Amino acid sequence: MTDDSSPDEAPEGPDAPPPDAVGGSAEGGEDQPTRHGVPVVESPGQTVLHPDRESYIGVVEALRDEGFTVCVDVCGVDYLHHPGRADLPAGVIGERFEVVVGLICHDPPQRVRLRVQVPAEDPTIASLFDIHPGTEALERETYDMFGIVFDAHPDMTRILMPEDWEGHPLRKDFSVGAVPVQFKGAPPPR
Amino acid sequence: MAVTDETPRSRVRDRDDSPVLRLSEAAAQEFVPSDGRMIMNMGPQHPSTHGVLRLMLELEGETVLRSKPVIGYLHTGMEKTGETLSYIQGATNVTRMDYASPLFNELAFSLATEALLGIEVPPRAVWIRMLLTELNRMTSHLLFQATNGMDLGAVSMMIYGWREREPGLQLLERITGLRMNHNFIRPGGVAADLPDGWEDDVAAYLDAVEPRLDEYDVLLTGQPIYRERLQGVGAISAEDCLALGVTGPILRSTGYAWDLRRDMPYLAYPELDFDVIVGSYGDCFDRYAIRLNEIRESIHIIRQIIEAMPSGDYRIQDKKVTPPPRARIDESMEALIHHFKIFTEGFKVPAGEVYVAVESPRGELGCYIVSDGTSKPYRMHIRGPSFVNLQTLPHMMENALVADAVAIISSVDPIMGEVDR
Repeated sequence: MTDDSSPDEAPEGPDAPPPDAVGGSAEGGEDQPTRHGVPVVESPGQTVLHPDRESYIGVVEALRDEGFTVCVDVCGVDYLHHPGRADLPAGVIGERFEVVVGLICHDPPQRVRLRVQVPAEDPTIASLFDIHPGTEALERETYDMFGIVFDAHPDMTRILMPEDWEGHPLRKDFSVGAVPVQFKGAPPPR
Repeated sequence: MAVTDETPRSRVRDRDDSPVLRLSEAAAQEFVPSDGRMIMNMGPQHPSTHGVLRLMLELEGETVLRSKPVIGYLHTGMEKTGETLSYIQGATNVTRMDYASPLFNELAFSLATEALLGIEVPPRAVWIRMLLTELNRMTSHLLFQATNGMDLGAVSMMIYGWREREPGLQLLERITGLRMNHNFIRPGGVAADLPDGWEDDVAAYLDAVEPRLDEYDVLLTGQPIYRERLQGVGAISAEDCLALGVTGPILRSTGYAWDLRRDMPYLAYPELDFDVIVGSYGDCFDRYAIRLNEIRESIHIIRQIIEAMPSGDYRIQDKKVTPPPRARIDESMEALIHHFKIFTEGFKVPAGEVYVAVESPRGELGCYIVSDGTSKPYRMHIRGPSFVNLQTLPHMMENALVADAVAIISSVDPIMGEVDR
């Protein structure tokens, strides 16, 4: 995977869904390796699976049966202002949100990562609570920070922010808080 | 309470019959006490909640039925801030997260950045990083011994723990320039070489701490009251720990030997000889004993590092990543430009995403970075071990007494800066 190439040079146009959905699958789709039926890529030497929301739970269960019994991390990413995503495999359409799940297998020691695309219009995804109860706090944090709702989570409430807080702070359209300063007019960071 | 061989029953997967009190703040205010049941809030800023942790305890008399850790009082917005800072400034940001072991935060961030850059730091930098993090592990575990003693009323242990930690911090200050929040481990290497005579200073510290650990054994390990307060209290099974994603001393106290230093090695740990300390009952006493013995193991590791410290560069000689030395700026316009560019714009990191984890004193500390090809992380996420480990509290506290709850919080050793990133 060419990480350092600019988005223009990437074979699959990533940020605009239409060309990707049509052109990407023509030749890239067949060479694309899969695991449990979903595309798998190597991202700096690490294994990354790209299930969609429908196959997500099935893939996690299949991986659990394979030995990936511990879920160490769940987090969200908001790709709203990302200039162009060249690291998605063919056939995966980039959406605004992404839920990233880290699984670990103890014997032999290895990791996999799952990246699930979650559209902005319908930011919901199934909860992993019934498979890995340890995701309870992590999914609550992802909900709090990004507004991604985890279906069938036992306690889908805010965790870091106060209960009556409005908005989801780690979204890219939620501005960084700042103390008012005397001399204004400087461009905001990023 | 006598210790038995029977493993604690697994309640983790029971959704409805869970020891976790899933009650919102608003609902808790409307809770009507009945049948001797009440909801009590412990903390934030209770001396034994280790910072701004609040616990909602559902009590029947003095027995904890269900509980829920309520966090967020310290929310620092570290991940959001990290998106506005360049990779060079990033280490300054993350080091403030786990203030008892700041060097691990810097290490995880630097390793993740280096993985994205695709660079490898020189051997001396690798070994300096190992030396510093192991020293930091010692000071962190000594702080645990101090606070654990304080929570259980062993005030002399609190004083001893701080006393032994202090020369460790002074040693770190001599090497890095600061007692805490060092910003010393940076992408590309470390900030400076070790000072002259560091071997003697480090060896003197190790020699001073080692006999003190034996004193702790005399003071605490064999002490009947201390054992009564810890043995069989807050027991958890390996199965529950794995289901909850718990790592570090809590997982190892159940007898499950899992240590990233050995099992998913980073830095140069495969070249060192060390043991993974495990317990057998998963109770508070095992967690105390594991941390005490991990100090011994760190001493053993640091002695080997002193012997084997390689010579050479302490940071990578890559003009794009490493600022030129101060002396070069006076004589070279090129160096001045590079220096200026690196500290104003920062260096660009290729687009991609990476997750790198290290074994911090509290467990797996992971750093997930998404880069969009600019000099600032597009998204930086920290997987803090304390955040995940806190989830064990309701499971450990079920049917324990309020006094045991204090011992249990202490044995989890949470750092709230890491919980509320």
